[in-house]
Amino acid sequence: MAAEASKPIDSKVLWGGGRSPFSVSYGKLMMWFFLISDALTFGGFLGALGFARHKFEAVWPVTEQIFYHFPFVPHDIHLPLLYVALMTFILIVSSVTMVLAVEAGHRMDKKGVTKWLALTVVGGFIFLGSQAWEWSTFIHGSDHGVYKLNSGFTTELVTKDGDKTTADLGSGIVAEIQADESLLIKNGEFIGSTVTGEDAEAIKSTAEFVHGASLTRNEYGHQLYADFFFFITGFHGTHVLSGVILNLVILINVIKGVYHKRGHYEMVEKSGLYWHFVDLVWVFVFTFFYLV
Amino acid sequence: MSTQAHAAEHHKESFVSKYIFSHDHKMIAKQFLITGMVMATIGMAMSLLFRLQLAWPGESFSVLNFFLGDKWAPDGVLDPNMYLALGTIHGTIMVFFLLTAGLSGTFANLLIPLQIGARDMASGFMNMLSYWGFFISSVIMVISLFVESGPASAGWTVYPPLSALPQAMPGSGLGMTLWLVSMVFFIASQLIGGLNYIVTVINLRTKGMKMTRLPLTIWAILVTAILGLLSFPVLFSAALLLLFDRSFGTAFYLSDIYIAGEALTQTGGSPILYQHLFWFLGHPEVYIILLPALGLTSEVISTNARKPIFGYRAMVGSILAIGFLSFIVWGHHMFVTGMDPFIGAVFTFTTLLIAIPSAVKAFNYITTLWKGNIRFTPAMMFSIGMVSTFISGGLTGIILADSALDINLHDTYFVVAHFHIVMGLSAVLAMFAGVYHWFPKMYGRMMNMKLGYAHFWLTFISGYGVFFPMHFFGLAGVPRRYYTNSEFPMFDVFIDLNILVTVFAIIGGFAQLLFFFNFFYSMVRGPKASQNPWKSNTLEWTTPVEHIHGNWPGKLPEVHRWAYDYSKPGKEDDFVPQTVPLEEGEKDGEH
Ligand code: HEM
Ligand SMILES: [Cu+2]
Repeated sequence: MAAEASKPIDSKVLWGGGRSPFSVSYGKLMMWFFLISDALTFGGFLGALGFARHKFEAVWPVTEQIFYHFPFVPHDIHLPLLYVALMTFILIVSSVTMVLAVEAGHRMDKKGVTKWLALTVVGGFIFLGSQAWEWSTFIHGSDHGVYKLNSGFTTELVTKDGDKTTADLGSGIVAEIQADESLLIKNGEFIGSTVTGEDAEAIKSTAEFVHGASLTRNEYGHQLYADFFFFITGFHGTHVLSGVILNLVILINVIKGVYHKRGHYEMVEKSGLYWHFVDLVWVFVFTFFYLV
Repeated sequence: MSTQAHAAEHHKESFVSKYIFSHDHKMIAKQFLITGMVMATIGMAMSLLFRLQLAWPGESFSVLNFFLGDKWAPDGVLDPNMYLALGTIHGTIMVFFLLTAGLSGTFANLLIPLQIGARDMASGFMNMLSYWGFFISSVIMVISLFVESGPASAGWTVYPPLSALPQAMPGSGLGMTLWLVSMVFFIASQLIGGLNYIVTVINLRTKGMKMTRLPLTIWAILVTAILGLLSFPVLFSAALLLLFDRSFGTAFYLSDIYIAGEALTQTGGSPILYQHLFWFLGHPEVYIILLPALGLTSEVISTNARKPIFGYRAMVGSILAIGFLSFIVWGHHMFVTGMDPFIGAVFTFTTLLIAIPSAVKAFNYITTLWKGNIRFTPAMMFSIGMVSTFISGGLTGIILADSALDINLHDTYFVVAHFHIVMGLSAVLAMFAGVYHWFPKMYGRMMNMKLGYAHFWLTFISGYGVFFPMHFFGLAGVPRRYYTNSEFPMFDVFIDLNILVTVFAIIGGFAQLLFFFNFFYSMVRGPKASQNPWKSNTLEWTTPVEHIHGNWPGKLPEVHRWAYDYSKPGKEDDFVPQTVPLEEGEKDGEH
C-alpha cells in the first residue's frame, strides 16, 4: 500500500487500451450523459405541469390573455405572445452563434471563436433580461385586477352573443371589472360573458379581489399556473444564467489563449452542448406553457 | 511520462491527500464502504429500538431512555413521534445510504477500473467529489437526529402533506428540512458518481475487453448507473417542488387541508402528483439497489461453483430488460390512490412482466450451481443465501402486483415482508458476499472463515426469522407504520409472534458484531492474501496485492477471452484468466 498515490493520473497515461470506442473524450461523453439526466429533471417538472393542467383544464388560464404586452407599446394594443416569440428567436440565434464558435474552434481560429462566443454571451444576456421583463409584467398583472370566485355563484349572465342565461360559476373562475362596472368572465366555460347589475355587485362584495401574480396569488386563473410558471421558467432561467457564466469564463480563457496553447477548443464544444440543450429545453417550455 | 515510470515513481504523499481527499478509486471505494457501515450501524440500531416498542407496546426500557433521553422516551417508554422518526430514518439510511451509495459506491469504485483494465476512473477528481457529497449528506442526515423537534417522520417516502407542512407534526419542521437538504447533496453525489462510472465503462476498457466480455458485475453496475442517472433527477424535481411548498407558499402538492378547523390557504395542488414523481424514481431505485447485488452474486457464484455462469447473454439481456421495465411499473405503488382500474390493470401487467427476467436470473443461478464443484466460502454462502431471498421475496412481489390483491395488502406488513426480503436481505447478503470475496483485494489480507460462517448463519436465519412472520401479519391486515396495534383485539393473536420477530432482530443485530470484529481485525492481523486467492479469472486478480497507483505496474493487461472459463475441458487448471490468449481453434465465450 506504500506506493499508493492519489494524484490525478495524466489522461495520456489513463487510456492504455485499444481504440476509444466512440472516439469521444470522456469529458464530452460525461456532458452528454449529464444532459440526459438534466432532461429528466425538466421532464419531471413538465410532467407535473401536464398533470395539473389536465386536472384543471376548465379553469386553466389562456396564455394569450396574459402575455400580450410588448415593451414601449401601450397596454391597449394586444400583441399576444409576440415578445416571447422574439425572446425565443434570440435564444435560437444564440445557438447558431455557438455553432459558429465551435466551428471556428475546429479551425483553431481564435478570433472567430472570440467573436462568436461573445455574441452568444450577449444573446444569453438579452434572453435573461427579457425573461426578467416578462416576469415583472406577469407579477404586475392586468390594469384592473380581477375578482376570484371561490365557491359556486349562480348568476345571471350575458353571453358573448348577447343572450341571457343563468349559470353556476365554479371555483377558479376569474372576472375582470369593466369600464361600465360590469364583470367580464375571463376563463372557464363562459369565457367572454359578462355579469351586470346586482349580481355583479354581489360578486364584488363577497369574492376575493386579486391583482397580479406571485407564488401565492394569480389573477389570471388557477394558482398552479403561476406556481408552475415561476418555477419552471425560473429553473430554466437558472440554467441559462449558469450557461452564460460558463460561456463567459470560457470566453476569458479563449482571449487569454488557454485553449490555443492546449491545441484544441474542446471546452467550447462541451459548453456548446450545454447551451444547445438549454435552448432545446426552452423550446419545450415555450411549447407547453405558451403554445398549447 | 511512460506508464512504467509513472507507476514506479514513489509518491511522497501527505496523509490528507492519501486517505482523505484521495483521487484513487481503491481508496474511495474503501471510504464508501466504511461510511456505509457507520450509517448502517445507526440504521440498524434504530430498528432495534422501535422493534422493542412493537413487541412490548408501551413498556419501559432503560435502553430507550439511554439512547433517546427523557424527551423522546420519558420513563423509558418510546414517544409515538419518535417511533415514526426512527422508522423514517431507518428506511432512509438503509435504502439510500447503505444500499444505494454504500453498495454501488464501494463496488463500482473498486471493481470498474480493476475489472475492465483501467488505471483509474475517468475523472478521479469527480470521483472524490462524489464521495464527499455523500459524506456531507450523511453528516447532515445524522445531524438531523439531534434537532429539537426531532428528525423527519413522514416515512422514507416522505409523502406530503406530512412532509410539506412544517406544522403537521414535530418531525415535519427542521428535521424534514434537513432531510431534504441531505438528499440534495446525496442526489448530486449520485449524479457525479454515476457519470463517472458510465463513462469509465464505455471509454476506458482495456484492449480486448469487448462489451461481450465484460464480467456481469460491470454490466450490472453500468445499468445501475444509467438507471440512477435517469431516475434520481425526477426525485430531485419532486424534492424541489416540495421545498417550494414548504417554504414559499406554493401549492403543488397541497389541497383542501384543514388544520384545527382552519382552511389552509395553499390549495389546488395534488399529493398524488408527488407519489407519481417519487415512485418514478422509487421503483428504479429498488433495482439500483438490487442490480449491483445480482452482479456481485453472479461473479461469486460462478467463481466458487467452478463453472461458467449459465446463460451469460441471457443474464445481460435480463439486466437490460429489468432496467427498461423498471421505468414503467411505478403505478403498482399507487393502486389505492383512486387510480383508474384500467390503468391499474396496465401497471399490473407491466409489473408481472418484470418477473420474467427476474426468473431468468434465478434459474441461471441455480443452473450455474447445478453439478458445480462448489467451494462453500463465506462469500459463496452469502451469495446462495441471496438467491434464496431473491426468490422468496420475488414471489410475494407477484402477489402484490395484482391490483385486486394489493388493495387488501397495501400498507400492511405483507409489503414490509416483501421488500425487506427481496431488497433488504438480498442486497445486504450480496454486499456481505462482496466484502468477503474482495476483502483480499481491498486490504491485502484474508478474513477469518469460521467467523464468516457463524456470521452468515446467524444473519440468514434471523433475517428470515424477522421478516417471514410478517407475511402473516399482513395477510391478517395488520397495518404497517402504526405505533401499536394493542387497540385492535383481532390482532392480539400476533403478540407472541411479534416478540419472536423482535428477538430475531436482536440476534441478527448483534450477529453483525462478528462481522465488524472480523473486518477490522483481519484488516490489520488477517493472514496475508495471495495474488489470486479464489483462483478467479477476472482482471482485478492480476494486479499486485500491494495497491499501487495506476493498478498495474507495467502495461495494462490485454484481454483475450470472457470472464467465465472455469473448468474448461482440455485445460490443466480449472480456471483460465482473461489475460490468457486463446489457443488455436479454441472458442471464446458461451457455447
Ligand atoms: C417479481 C418482481 C417484483 C414484483 C412483481 C414486485 C411488486 C411490488 C408491488 C406491487 C409493490 C407494492 C405493494 C404495496 O405498496 O401495496 C411492491 C413494493 C415494494 N417492492 Fe416490489 N416487486 C418485485 C420485486 C422487487 C424487488 C426486486 C425489489 C427491490 C430490490 C422490490 C422492492 C420493493 C419495495 C421497496 C417496495 C415497497 C416500498 C414501500 O411502500 O415502502 N420489489 N413490490
Ligand atoms: Cu416498485
